[in-house]
Amino acid sequence: MTFETPHISVQNLNLYYGANHALKNINIDIPNKKVTSFIGPSGCGKTTLLKTFNRLHDSSLEVRVEGKVLLDGENIYDKNAEVTSIRKKMGLLSQRPFPLPMSIYDNIAYGPRIHGERDRHKLDEIVERHLKDVALWPEVKDRLKSPASRLSIGQQQRLCLARGLAVNPEIILGDEPTSALDPKSTQKIEELFIELKEKYTIVLVTHILRQARRVSDYVAFINNGEIIEFAPTEELLLNPKQKLTQEYVKGFVS
Amino acid sequence: MVFATVIIVGSFFLIVGTIVSKGFPALSWEMLSEIPSGDFYMGGEGGILNSILGSLYIAAGSSLLALIISVPIVIYINMYLKKSSWMGNLTRLGYDVLFGMPSIVYGAFGFTLMIYLGMRASLLGGIVTVTLLIIPIMVRTMDEVIRTVPKELFDASYSLGATRLETSRVVLKQVAPGILTAVLLAFGRGIGDVASVMFTAGFSNDIPKSLEDPASTLPLAVFNQLSSPVEEVQSRAYAAALVLTIVVLLISISARVLSKRLSKNKI
Ligand SMILES: Nc1ncnc2c1ncn2[C@@H]1O[C@H](COP(=O)(O)OP(=O)(O)OP(=O)(O)O)[C@@H](O)[C@H]1O
Ligand SMILES: [Mg+2]
Repeated sequence: MTFETPHISVQNLNLYYGANHALKNINIDIPNKKVTSFIGPSGCGKTTLLKTFNRLHDSSLEVRVEGKVLLDGENIYDKNAEVTSIRKKMGLLSQRPFPLPMSIYDNIAYGPRIHGERDRHKLDEIVERHLKDVALWPEVKDRLKSPASRLSIGQQQRLCLARGLAVNPEIILGDEPTSALDPKSTQKIEELFIELKEKYTIVLVTHILRQARRVSDYVAFINNGEIIEFAPTEELLLNPKQKLTQEYVKGFVS
Repeated sequence: MVFATVIIVGSFFLIVGTIVSKGFPALSWEMLSEIPSGDFYMGGEGGILNSILGSLYIAAGSSLLALIISVPIVIYINMYLKKSSWMGNLTRLGYDVLFGMPSIVYGAFGFTLMIYLGMRASLLGGIVTVTLLIIPIMVRTMDEVIRTVPKELFDASYSLGATRLETSRVVLKQVAPGILTAVLLAFGRGIGDVASVMFTAGFSNDIPKSLEDPASTLPLAVFNQLSSPVEEVQSRAYAAALVLTIVVLLISISARVLSKRLSKNKI
């Protein structure tokens, strides 16, 4: 499937963990301001693929990446590409929330601060706005200075989302962001994603097919390091063309 | 298990008991607040203030110096070198070897170094030697705590566009309690070690006024007094040992309190 102006375009991407060929000749276009989900069995390479988008494999000696990932047409693996500005364009939500070891306020202000924002009032405003974006403001407005680690897991995950939003990214990457959350927090995060896709391109790894259906516009099925099928959500989940996809979503169709 | 506990707790009370029972009667305000008079070691007037301060100066100075040197080393091997790089492995092997080295070796090395530089035994010599002695302790302890930091915390910072330096600061915040433990562990080792300072810090009945002055230390005061033929002086040795024990105990307690306080932000 191709899009006129894909936000991310992966071209002939191969990734090796030492001798383990974890991503095999990946080609996929991620559409702009849509939610794209990656589904597939455990260990198929979903997290690995997601991390190639903001070069989080850089610090691992044993990882080798070949091929291109174009972000707005520019290859992020180009020698001259500036890795910090690439990463700034993407917010990351991991499987378990990882707040930074500081206060709620400082968690949100961290990103803007390292990118040069010093003005107290502006920081206050940024913190408030993004906590409101993730519907956390009413819950925490009276204890902004208390450690983020004291929040519930669900609140922490929303805090991490707000923290990512505070550096004005264009893309949100979520790696099974609801897998540690209770149903209510999960629902909140899902609602946020649906709201946020007006403004952001969202890439979501999930193993919950119903979640993929609820929030995404497109779904890619990955198996054993390969993209087997990529199609609009309903089509892939209800009417898959490939045999492997059919087997994977079998239980879901009924 | 019970047996092991009995041995540990038992020997703790035996040691502390001996020191308290022998040292406490000899402990006096004079001991803590005065420097030794000329015939102090033969039963004369005075106290061990010079040794108390000498020990504190050396332990504090070397802990600070070692901290300033160790933090960049640990950050470098954990944040700037890739996992399982040969340089990181070599560093880790190095500090493991140094960690196990008896302190007299450091004393001898420091002494040689000072002769080579034309320095005489002094507070500075003691501080430098003890710094060398405790760097491996600090680097090793900090390295261990940094390696327990979940990779996701690094990723969280990096994915906001942070540089390695900025991410290092976050990591240091996360491991602050561990760093404090490392410093206090090293401080405790530094204040109690005698072999490394015996030749390098020298000995003096005065309180050192500058880095070039020789300085006495508590372990040395214990040693000197124990080897006196006068019985009264020998019991003062236990009082000095008691002071040393109390200082070390205070440090351990404050380490626990402080590290709890520093842990409040830890994820
Ligand atoms: N740091 C690593 N070193 C070596 N191999 C790795 C590493 N991380 C992942 N792998 C391997 O790469 C493959 C893909 O892993 P990945 O974590 O991307 O799977 P996943 O699809 O995200 O699985 P899950 O649904 O369980 O999260 C697996 O075979 C895994 O064992
Ligand atoms: Mg995964």
